[in-house]
Amino acid sequence: MPTELPERTRPRFGRRDRPGRSGPRVSWPPRAQGPGGRGPSDGERAWSPGKPVPASTATLGLGFALVAIAMLFVAFTTTYLGHRQDATWPALPLPPILWLDTGILLVSSAALEWGRRSLRQGNLAGFRRDFTAAWGLGLAFLAGQLLAWRQLLQQGIYLSSNPHSSFFYLLTGAHGAHLLGGLVALGVILPRVWSSAAPPEGSTAISMAALYWHFLTGLWLYLFILLYWL
Amino acid sequence: METAVAHDTHVAHHPERFIRHYVFSLDHKMIGKQYYFVTLFMALVGGSLAMLMRAHLGWPDRGVLDPSTYLAAATMHGTVMIFFFLTSILTGAFGNFLIPLMIGAPDMAFPFLNMLSFWTFVPSVLVLLASFFVPGGPAGNGWTSYAPLSAVPAASPGSGLGQTLWAVAILILMASSLFGSLNFLTTIINMRAPGLSLGRLPLAIWGIFITAILALLSFPVLMAALAMLILDRVAGTSFFVPAGLLIGGKLTPHSGGEALLWQHLFWFFGHPEVYILILTPMGIVSEVISTFSRKPIFGYKAMVLSLASIGFLSFLVWGHHMFVSGMNPILGATFTISTMIIAIPSAIKTFNWLTTLWQGRIRFTTALLFAIAFVSLFVTGGLSGIFLAASPVDIYLHDTYFVVAHFHFVMASAALFSIFAGTYFWFPKMFGRMMNERLGKIHFVLTFLGIYGTFYPMHFLGTHGMSRRLYTPNFYPFLGSVQPLDVFISIAAFILGAAQLIFIANFFWSMLRGPRAERNPWQSNTLEWTADSPPPHGNWPQTPAVYRWPYDYSVPGAPEDYIPQTVPAAPAYAGRHGGGDAGGGEA
Repeated sequence: MPTELPERTRPRFGRRDRPGRSGPRVSWPPRAQGPGGRGPSDGERAWSPGKPVPASTATLGLGFALVAIAMLFVAFTTTYLGHRQDATWPALPLPPILWLDTGILLVSSAALEWGRRSLRQGNLAGFRRDFTAAWGLGLAFLAGQLLAWRQLLQQGIYLSSNPHSSFFYLLTGAHGAHLLGGLVALGVILPRVWSSAAPPEGSTAISMAALYWHFLTGLWLYLFILLYWL
Repeated sequence: METAVAHDTHVAHHPERFIRHYVFSLDHKMIGKQYYFVTLFMALVGGSLAMLMRAHLGWPDRGVLDPSTYLAAATMHGTVMIFFFLTSILTGAFGNFLIPLMIGAPDMAFPFLNMLSFWTFVPSVLVLLASFFVPGGPAGNGWTSYAPLSAVPAASPGSGLGQTLWAVAILILMASSLFGSLNFLTTIINMRAPGLSLGRLPLAIWGIFITAILALLSFPVLMAALAMLILDRVAGTSFFVPAGLLIGGKLTPHSGGEALLWQHLFWFFGHPEVYILILTPMGIVSEVISTFSRKPIFGYKAMVLSLASIGFLSFLVWGHHMFVSGMNPILGATFTISTMIIAIPSAIKTFNWLTTLWQGRIRFTTALLFAIAFVSLFVTGGLSGIFLAASPVDIYLHDTYFVVAHFHFVMASAALFSIFAGTYFWFPKMFGRMMNERLGKIHFVLTFLGIYGTFYPMHFLGTHGMSRRLYTPNFYPFLGSVQPLDVFISIAAFILGAAQLIFIANFFWSMLRGPRAERNPWQSNTLEWTADSPPPHGNWPQTPAVYRWPYDYSVPGAPEDYIPQTVPAAPAYAGRHGGGDAGGGEA
């Protein structure tokens, strides 16, 4: 590091070295500038709003979003486990439809993967069928969750009844809200899936939506275990 | 392909309509400025509340504020300043403006998400401001809003609708900040200009990068806590309200909640949050000090590692806010030790700033004065932090004015000074005009004296036993002897507040009438100075190529005392990393 220190003997920075003159004495990398130095003159580096985001960037962004969502549920989990320490922890009845719902969501995730495999193999019809099935099963899952809520409400178990029921509604609600976002994402892609200009094999939108969808399936399994089997 | 290119060019050149350009802008620079103006307004709101509090505390017999208004003012001062000024200006304004410009990118990775982030921020501001006008007034339970006070609407005058709006506003703000954070991280990782390896990244970007990681991991935790708090308030759940709670002699219907859990969740977020408020300033100050010392930053790698280790440690120390909340003594000792360890990276940074200044050919611009004062404030506040980190000492000092003095130095004023340093430094790039240096220096002197005059005496109030949210210091005989100190603090605070009007005047006058700025008025090395002032949408006609680290100042043999990052290596004055050494090895 000592070699890096500037020596006091070097000439002071003088006023004559005004900045902003046509260019420093040292050579700059050659670059073609448009008129007045503004505007892209080189087409391949030119940037414009609305240009599609590269796949790696999209994956990274979604990955960070998933980290944030995971942290949300980590916080819920620690609070939940803190409450479970209580001696008076009440047990919550398990609405049987949750079993069916879990199965539906697993099949939905699987269907999405089958569909993507069909797309890779060029089987457009299979892709369309499976993708649509995945979306429909997602809707069915959400409807099933609402039915589970209804079953509990009919037994007189409300959001504020006891800590366990509060957590049940909170965690299923938070998961459902995120799942609704996934349904919207898949739903936005759906018309493109059925259009004549079907998405290409490596469609960023589809792989992003699939990643998010599988994350939510995994999250549901985690919450199901956390709420009833831990 | 040729037509596509022409089309792209056409789009980029198309003059944007007013709405697209100034309101729903996708341009990171415009979004940064939008954040700057909104947060500046919020700073005025928060500052005015502080002035009201000081008016009361200096002359408590006059009855300037009634008790619940005083508590609301204290709560909203903290909330506005921490969430809506410091957090939002550092990430929203500086983060947005600087990241693409300093890494040589045309814009953020997700410009639409960036716009969404700002337009989620605005509703959160509106909800918070609306809480001033609801029955019962705004929240009054402190910026920490401890449960169960904050969880039961009947608990206090400041626990009504205002508290609900407080929670909703913060919840929306956290979502907005998360959009910003994941955009920042993706942009910094994926959009750097060719040649800009991580070892050549400016420290300001490192600071923002680690800040964004902290936000990504800690903000969702507060969101979870806020969601449960809101449910406790409006849906009658009992996440934070224990059984058998009596309010006004009446038993509340809650059961099975844990009030302490709020504190754990809040501070698991809260401690990273205060580092969110200081890591970006550390980066900004590093840029300013290096540029105006005309010297490379001392210990670049150590600077990056200390930023990262402060960020890491911030997740292991939240318990030091809860030493008196009831804690296993062994746990207390653990938190004491983990907190004390933070002194090590902090000291590394302080020494590196000082050694960067050492023997430099210093240009005492306003920006540098604020940056040096940042180091002073950080040291003053950091040293009182060592007192508070020790749990035995903290039990005596907890919730006194000593704590108020501590965090106002180390976090609030230090961050404020870095914002001033950054504003004076980057103003030419933001608006294409120079700020007035003479007014800037007057502003600096008054602010510096005002800050020390306001907050330094608070240490004595704290050791004297004055509680931090005390409305009636005149009620306690043992505080009678320090009442003149309170008067002094109030006068210093008014000077401090008035000095900010100079800044506001200078800011807007310079924005409209200041002398035109050159491309690189400070002869600085980082990439933003190679773009126009102000840069057009898209920043550069061509993505710049990076050949060296950003701190090649006063390189022996170089024709000038700075070598911008875009200058290719020449053997005679290779500087650092000039030979393509991306690893950042020490010479």
